[in-house]
Parts: sequence; structure tokens; C-alpha cells
Amino acid sequence: MALLEVHNLGVSFVTRNGTNKAVDDVSFSVESGQITAIIGESGSGKSVACYSLLGLIPQPPGRIDGGRALFGGRDLLQLGERELRKIRGRDIAMVFQDPMTCLNPYMTVGKQLMEPLRYHQNVSPADARRRALELLEEVGIRDPESTIDNYPHQFSGGMRQRVMIAMALINEPQLLIADEPTTALDVTIQAQILQLIAQLQRKRDIGVIFISHDLAVVADIADQIVVMQKGKIVESGDRTGIFQQAQHPYTQKLLSAIPADSKHSELLPAEPLIRVRELCTWFSQGHKQPPLQAVNKVSFDIRRGEVLGLVGESGSGKSTIGRSILRLVPVTSGQVDFDGTDVTALQGRELKKMRRRMQIIFQDPFASLNPRMTVYDTLAEPLLLHGIETRKTVAQGVLKLMDDVGLARHFVRKYPHEFSGGQRQRIAIGRALATRPEFIVADEPVSALDVTIQAQILDLMQALGREYGLTMLFISHDLAVVRHLADRILVLHQGEVVETGSGQELFEHPQQDYTKSLLASIPGRSLLQ
Amino acid sequence: MSSEAIVDIAQAEQGTSLWQDAWLRLRRNRLALFGLGVLTLFIVIALLTPWIAPYGYAEQDLDLGASAPSATHWLGTDIFGRDLLTQIMYGGRISLAVGFVATAVALLIGVTWGAVAGYAGGRIDAVMMRFVDILYALPFMIFIVLLMVVFGRNLLLLFLAIGAVEWLTMARIMRSQVQTLRQQEFVEAAVSLGLAPSTIIRRHLIPNALGPIIVYTTLTIPSVMLLEAFLSFLGLGIQPPQTSWGLLISYGAETMEEYPWLLLFPGMALTLTLFSLNFLGDGLRDALDVRGSRD
Repeated sequence: MALLEVHNLGVSFVTRNGTNKAVDDVSFSVESGQITAIIGESGSGKSVACYSLLGLIPQPPGRIDGGRALFGGRDLLQLGERELRKIRGRDIAMVFQDPMTCLNPYMTVGKQLMEPLRYHQNVSPADARRRALELLEEVGIRDPESTIDNYPHQFSGGMRQRVMIAMALINEPQLLIADEPTTALDVTIQAQILQLIAQLQRKRDIGVIFISHDLAVVADIADQIVVMQKGKIVESGDRTGIFQQAQHPYTQKLLSAIPADSKHSELLPAEPLIRVRELCTWFSQGHKQPPLQAVNKVSFDIRRGEVLGLVGESGSGKSTIGRSILRLVPVTSGQVDFDGTDVTALQGRELKKMRRRMQIIFQDPFASLNPRMTVYDTLAEPLLLHGIETRKTVAQGVLKLMDDVGLARHFVRKYPHEFSGGQRQRIAIGRALATRPEFIVADEPVSALDVTIQAQILDLMQALGREYGLTMLFISHDLAVVRHLADRILVLHQGEVVETGSGQELFEHPQQDYTKSLLASIPGRSLLQ
Repeated sequence: MSSEAIVDIAQAEQGTSLWQDAWLRLRRNRLALFGLGVLTLFIVIALLTPWIAPYGYAEQDLDLGASAPSATHWLGTDIFGRDLLTQIMYGGRISLAVGFVATAVALLIGVTWGAVAGYAGGRIDAVMMRFVDILYALPFMIFIVLLMVVFGRNLLLLFLAIGAVEWLTMARIMRSQVQTLRQQEFVEAAVSLGLAPSTIIRRHLIPNALGPIIVYTTLTIPSVMLLEAFLSFLGLGIQPPQTSWGLLISYGAETMEEYPWLLLFPGMALTLTLFSLNFLGDGLRDALDVRGSRD
């Protein structure tokens, strides 16, 4: 018998604007010792389905319409809050997406680890501590003896996620629900965490529900895959079945959204638009502390019309390079030539003129738009500032931009919060294009988006890049995305360039160990070959 | 150009600004409208007082003394036989003027100062905020007494003096708001578009920091009115026969056992103003938050 069997689950949210069926007639099962992946975009109901099993959705507005969820012979949906509390954390444990916010910053990691143990089982403090230490070791925390009394901020994101996993496992649950556990992590860390989950699951012979928006992430570890769209299961089956014979168009769309190899490598003029020489950007860290050397003696060229990919983990200085070229952070030393002019020396009016020629697209489309400005205001501002349009013609200019980036014209008076992530990124792209720039820094422009949206935005950027004749610096931690788009790739590690080459060269013959480890951590790598 | 495109352009052009949107939303908030109505009424009365007050503000009737509300004196009279309604009307002129002018001064200086300090950061910020700290440390009574001694007693000066004290907190609130906001990417995007710092502060930072500022402003106006009463009580503010709500309340409080109406009516005037301000402030804050519902 399966560990968990969900039959015909339905969950609705009742709001003022009517009833919204978040989960509709969903059935799946989880076997012990297997990983069941639930895949879907945000809003597909994948998280709601799992949360409702544990009574974790607020009711109202949530409402369970029906169905059964058999776990150990009992129907979870029929249990009261008191009984559910006994199951939560003891028999079924959860790992959440964001390890930064899920740990209490004012409690040591050890205390937080021991809390569920002492709550669910009668364990002495000394025993609890011993168990916590063992577990930290098991999830791969180095030297747990000395770190157990540290506070969460002293751990890196990946380490925190390991702590979260340890916390989930401490009561030896039979079922682990992992809700996008690697989405907030770097790609190399993501690979390690995925491996850890798979390894722990085999060793402990537990069932795992792995919720994700990214089919590639689960490609290597899932046994069963359930694909959800708009609250319904559109397809489910074992891994090979899904990857080789996907029936439903939505699954096929998800599969094709996994960035494939790029084909273009036209001949580009040799003349560089941008020459970066010995660029150093250091940040002061307060008195008597050595400065943080975010970027250290980096030199490279970007040719006119070229898309240069810049890859590296967070903290490798890749964003700082982009911001240094645009003069958004003060440069410590070195030279940045844009079309023959040293950007680092520009001031006042000259700098403003230069800014028109170089623009940036940010990662987070929620932070990069002023929440109190409508699309119209956001797009009109650069048009008017640089005299590209006059007061009379600006409305036409705005609408033209909206057409270019694929936003419906009637959205013109809406505020950013009324848009989805992908639409907001389109607005941000429109703003960057408004000044008719020659060069654009794209700083992880798709990392915050769902995979299918990612593919759309990447296509849009590629098309616009050709149309506007743009030169681009494309910054990402995701090698697969970069390879899809970039003519040449620069690999950055701790503020220094470790390797450079075309996508093909790098992928097929990486020279440096660091590049190799980056490549090895691409999710769904087996699919690419 | 197709007719459809022309309609689109027309729609884009006639559109609304943040403030127009805010007004549309505010109009749907009944409490805020009530607050706005009461405040407008009080201000109109204050402006028209010299013509509509039932008695002269210095008119006494010593034989009458303190009398309870009656047909001739609707709100009663004080111990000198002066009509309380007249006093409240004239007092409102001073109180409302002090409240609004001093707060406007505080807003203007505080918001600008805080926004500039927060946006500039580094050494400029340090110097500007230490200046604020020094003013904070200065006992403000000494500051005001000094001003009064040097420049003589003057109503306008009183407004400025109170405003000059109240802007300090405003500046701190604004600075901390701006510091959080300026790390957001939309500010960086504005820099990379080539906007001047003053434009960034005006268009991108201040509109996003308005929520806390408005709430604090609605708290400042009544506290300024009370501050004026306190100063007048010490003989530093306005002097009888001129009066203000604060003064009326403090005199009323002294005689509240024998003549409760002397406390009750001025108190009601102040309380009503205060409530209205709070309703209006809350309404404005919600109205300016574009994330609020728009349907």
C-alpha cells in the first residue's frame, strides 16, 4: 500500500470576487522510498494541494471541497487540528523554499533543531543535542560541534537549507514535503541540496513530495512526476515516461522551456564597443577592515552586437561588474571604455549623455519598478528626459514601446502590482529600451520567473536585441540560460575571470575545475545531451 | 493611423496621475470625507469669524460672570462674562493656523532634509543627521524663549519656532524610509536612466515614503496645537484677550468643577478636529497606496 494516497482532492478559495478552485479533482500517491515530483507554474495549485493535506491553508478563505488523503490508514482531511499537529513535524515534515526567512534569526540553530524533537517526543536536553549534532553531520554541515550554537545569519543560504532539512528529519518522518527547496539557491548549491535529498531519502527509505516549477530540477531525482496546471493534473507518470513520451501539450511546453543549445554564432565585427581593463571595484567594510574586493583586475572586450554571458555564483562579483560599467557603483580603479570614451571619468552632462546609451534590466521585476508609477509614467520618464519624444508625442512613444515588448495597450494606466512577474519584466525591458541604448546589462533578468515565462522573456530579449542592434552583457548564475543566448561566455569566480570562450568550447572542453563544477551542477543535464 | 490607435493614445493622454488616483480612492472613503468636511467647515468658520461671531472677542459682561449655556450665550460665558462661542471661534483661528502652518513648515524642512540626507548617504548624511541630533539635544524651551527674547513676541515667529522643533522627527522618519527605498532596484534604474538626484528624490523616493509621513503629520498637528497652549500658558505664546483652544482648555481645566462647560466645549472642538485629522490621514494613506483595491 502506498504511503500517502490522495483521491479526488478539491480545494477552493472563497473571495469577494467569487470562488476560485485552486485544486480540482487531484489524485496522486506517494510510495515509501520514492520521490514524487509535483510540477507546475505559480498558481497551478501544487503547493495548495500539499498544504491542505496538513491543514496549513487558512480556512476561510480556503475550503476543502472534498476528497480523501489516506496516510497510515487515516484520512488526513478528516482529522482535527489537535491530531494534525501531532502528525505535522513528526510523521510528515516540510522543507520550505526560502531558507532565509524560515529560520528564526534570534534563536541559535541548535535550539531550533531541538525544538520539534522536544515538542513531539520526550527527550532529555542532552539527548536532543546529541541527536541534533548527528543530524547536522548527516546533512553535511562541517564541524557541527562548533556551529550548532551559531545563529542563522552565520550560515550561508545552502547551509541554512541543510539546517532546514535536518530540522525536518529530526523526528524521523515517513513523508517529507519539500516545497521548491532549491529555488532560492545558487546552481552549484542547488545540485548539492538535490543530491542530499535524494541520498537521505534512499538511506532512510522515506517518501518525498518534491514541489517545483522547474522540470529540469527534478529530472535527475524524481521517480514519479505529476504535472499540474490551473489546479488540475494534466499528466502524471514515471520519469522516463514523462520525459520521453509526454502526451499533454502543457508538459511538452514545459519540456521545451528547458533552455537548449543556442545555434547562432554569426560573424561579428572585431571592433569592440566596450573595453574593460584592469577593473577593480572594492567596497569599504567599515573602519580598519580590509575592503571587500568584489571585482579584481578584470579585463574583457564586448564587440558591437555581441551578447557576452557572465556566469558565476552569487558573490562572484558578476553583478558588480555590470553596475561598474554603468557607473551605478563607484569604480576603485581601472578603465571602462565605451565607444572610445572612458566612462569612469565622466561627470555631469557628459555622464547623463552616456547613460542614455547604456541601460540595465534587473533580476527582480518586483523591486525594479516604482510601485507608485503607472506603466505610462515609467515609460514616459526616460522618453521625456532625453528629449526622445516631446510632450505631444510621448503617448505614442509609450504605446510603441508597449507594442515592442508585447504588452497590451490597455494596460497603460495600470500600476506594477497589477501585473505578473513576466509582464513586469516586459515593462522593465521597455523602460531600458526607451532611451534607444546601444548596450544593455541584463542582470539575471529571468531568474525570478517561472520557466515557461523565462523562455518567453528570453525569446523577447533575443528578438529585440536583433531589432535594436543591441550589444548585451547577460549576467546569470544559470549556465544553460546563458548558453542559449550568449555568443561568448566569461566565467567569474571570487571577483576574477577564470575562463572565457564560446558556449560550445566551455561546455565541451572546460579547462578550469571551477567551470567543470559549474557545468556538473546544471539541473537536468542528462536531458541536454 | 487607425481609429483604434487614436483611441488608445487619447486614453493614455487623459489618464490619471498618482494624486488624481488618490482623490478617486479617497472619495470612496466615507470617514475620510467626513474628516475632510469637518476640517473644511472649521477652516471656513475661522476665516469668517470676524464677521459672523456673535460678540466681539474682548467684549465682557462682568455683571453676568460665568453663566451656563443659554439662548443669548449658546455655549455659556467665562468668569469675565465673555461669550464662549465667540472665544472658541477666535481661538480656532489661532489654533488651526498654528497647527497647519507649523506643521507645513516642519513637513517642508523635515521631508527635504531627511530625503537629501538619506539619499546622499556617507559623510553628507552623517553631518546632516548630527546637526539634527544637536538640535534634539537642545532643550527646545530654551530655544523658543531665546527666539522670543531676541525677536520679540510675534505670532509668525511662534509658528516658525514650533515648526523648527517638529521637523526633527520628520527628518528622521524620512531618512530611514529613503535609506530603505534607495537600495531598491527601481532607484538604480532611475540613476541609470540619467535622472538628476533631485528628480529621483521628488519622483521616485518621496511618493513611496508618503505613508508614514502622512500618519506622522496627522499626529503632529494636534501636538503642535497643544504645544502652543503650553507656550501661551507660560506667557510665551499669545496673550489675553487673544485666545486659542489650548488656552481655553487649560483655563477650563482650572475651573472645571464649578463651570464644566468651559472645559467641555473647547475640548470638543479640539477633539473633533483631532478625529477628523486622523480619519483624513488614514484615508489619505490608503488612497495614496496604489496597491489598495482599485475596483
